[in-house]
Amino acid sequence: MYSRAYKAVISAPPLLWVCLFLLLPYAIMFAHSFWLVRDGFLVHQWNLQNYRALFSNPLYFQVFLRTARIAASVTLCSLLLGYPLAYYLSFHAGPRKELLYQLVIVPLWVSYLVRGYAWKTILGSDGVLNGFLQYLHITHEPVSFFLYSPFAVVLMLTHIYTPFVFLPIYAALEHIPRPLVEASQDLGADRRATFLRVILPLSIPGLLAGATFAFVLSLGDFLAPLLVGGPSATMIANIVQSLFGAAYDWPLGAAISVCILLITVSLLFTTERLEKRWSFK
Amino acid sequence: MSAGAISPQRATSCGTLLEVRSVAKNFGAAQVLKNISLEIASGEFLTLLGESGSGKTTLLRLIAGFDQPTSGEIWMSNERLDTLPPYKRRVNTVFQNYALFPHLNVRENVAYGLRVKSTPKGEIAGRVEEALRMVKMISFAAARPATLSGGQQQRIALARALINRPQLLLLDEPLSALDANLRKKMQSELKALQREIDIAFLFVTHDQDEAMALSDRIALLRNGALEQIASPREIYARPATAYTAEFIGQTNLLRGEVNNGVARCGPLQWKTAEATGAALFSLRPETIRLADASLQLPDAVRFRGVIRQQIYTGASELLEIDCGSNPTLRARIPASGPLTGEHEFVFSANDAIRVIESHVAQGSRATDHELR
Repeated sequence: MYSRAYKAVISAPPLLWVCLFLLLPYAIMFAHSFWLVRDGFLVHQWNLQNYRALFSNPLYFQVFLRTARIAASVTLCSLLLGYPLAYYLSFHAGPRKELLYQLVIVPLWVSYLVRGYAWKTILGSDGVLNGFLQYLHITHEPVSFFLYSPFAVVLMLTHIYTPFVFLPIYAALEHIPRPLVEASQDLGADRRATFLRVILPLSIPGLLAGATFAFVLSLGDFLAPLLVGGPSATMIANIVQSLFGAAYDWPLGAAISVCILLITVSLLFTTERLEKRWSFK
Repeated sequence: MSAGAISPQRATSCGTLLEVRSVAKNFGAAQVLKNISLEIASGEFLTLLGESGSGKTTLLRLIAGFDQPTSGEIWMSNERLDTLPPYKRRVNTVFQNYALFPHLNVRENVAYGLRVKSTPKGEIAGRVEEALRMVKMISFAAARPATLSGGQQQRIALARALINRPQLLLLDEPLSALDANLRKKMQSELKALQREIDIAFLFVTHDQDEAMALSDRIALLRNGALEQIASPREIYARPATAYTAEFIGQTNLLRGEVNNGVARCGPLQWKTAEATGAALFSLRPETIRLADASLQLPDAVRFRGVIRQQIYTGASELLEIDCGSNPTLRARIPASGPLTGEHEFVFSANDAIRVIESHVAQGSRATDHELR
């Protein structure tokens, strides 16, 4: 058993960290969401006006819906890319497994901004994609909707978050004991039935973890809409950013942040419970 | 239980069920199996016995379909088996660590094979219940595998395999994860079950006692080749090779020569019908006894020796006897209290079995002239 003093010394730094950089900022944000801005000055007067504005102005709800739609699309697309990739690597890649795994991980080391600008060069009016399409005579003038659209945001975020989705799914698949797959085939199940009845159910915790990553990270993203999204793809985090910046309405921005935080936390809570339900020893 | 529902649909009680023809398996440069040929009769309990790395599990996996032979063929009931995927083979497997599906309960685990073959729901329920009754696990139908003990999981794995009415059941060291007492109990249950349902069992183990206790025949594998295949009594009483004699039970290996009908191994000599030349004999420790005026052995060979060590093992004593130029001889005699000094011992020349070094080491094919 460790002494009381040892425990205190060992746990003090992380506790301090959590208080200073998590709890305190959250408390400040929470407090701000109940204050006001009057004549360009912050007024420490408790009220619910920010929340009322939030729920009475349909604009915020619309932007939130769009954000959720984009996040859901990103989640779906990265699952559709990440799951088959993880499945292939785990079950069929053979000796190429290590190399392919590293190749999936490498993009994570490249700056988010660099990848954003890369998509800009690819999708723009005089970008790589339009140049290629015109070279092939598929189109005769630049297609403008590639860039500055919700599509571009989904594309960029999918590219960025697919490795995040891939990793937990791959880990889950790697943890499935191979004799279970053999037992399934031994009992008469072909590849498809084995996948649906054994592999997929046992990979659900990884799938949920990956989906949560992609959805939550996309939900709070503001750089992709800035870089490739344009006005038609403004997301909720862009609103928060402008409220804290140019608009100088910290209380309203804080109120939106509190709402997003609540949604995110309840989402994490739900998926964690679901993951537990689907984990078996 | 009613055995009828579990036994194979084609009720054959004799004849060859499975035939392994000159099967070899390489993993990269490693030859894991070398030219194995053997047959399994319907309803037979055949054990693949060998040390780890002898290729016994590999052979089982080839029959189950999890690996493909590098060369050779496997046939079952006049049908080529080795070209079929595992899910099309009328063979089921009990895995070493049971491989029960952790996300399914006991009932769903047992029903799995019937479900994937789209068996009618009503029939599934009945057969699952029957299979669970057979292994005495009906009261655990709703339990998850993780909540069961090793022995219970073992029973479920058996029920899950047998519900499919295979013609051949493959068992990959199914008892190795159980503690000694439970293991003995499961051995006798397994043997009784196999008799009752009359399905051929191919049983893999590294435990020679288990192989002796359960099998109709034992196939002893060594370095990927068949050393000897015979009934437990035959393989123990008449081992073909020195390796077999030492692997199954204990033995004394006497090196010497045969000259004009007389075998001579150090100070020991006896009359023999064996051919002239250098020779190796296996003499089981329990065939050597303390000489006694009342003891009449056919072709008795008597010798004197000094007891170097005595190990008491309860029902018997193991003696290490120094009788001159040979390495010490081991004798197992009934428990008889402390013994010291020089004594006269006796054995029957009929119990000294001439063996060759090894089929495998000489690269020749294993004996299957002992096949029924």
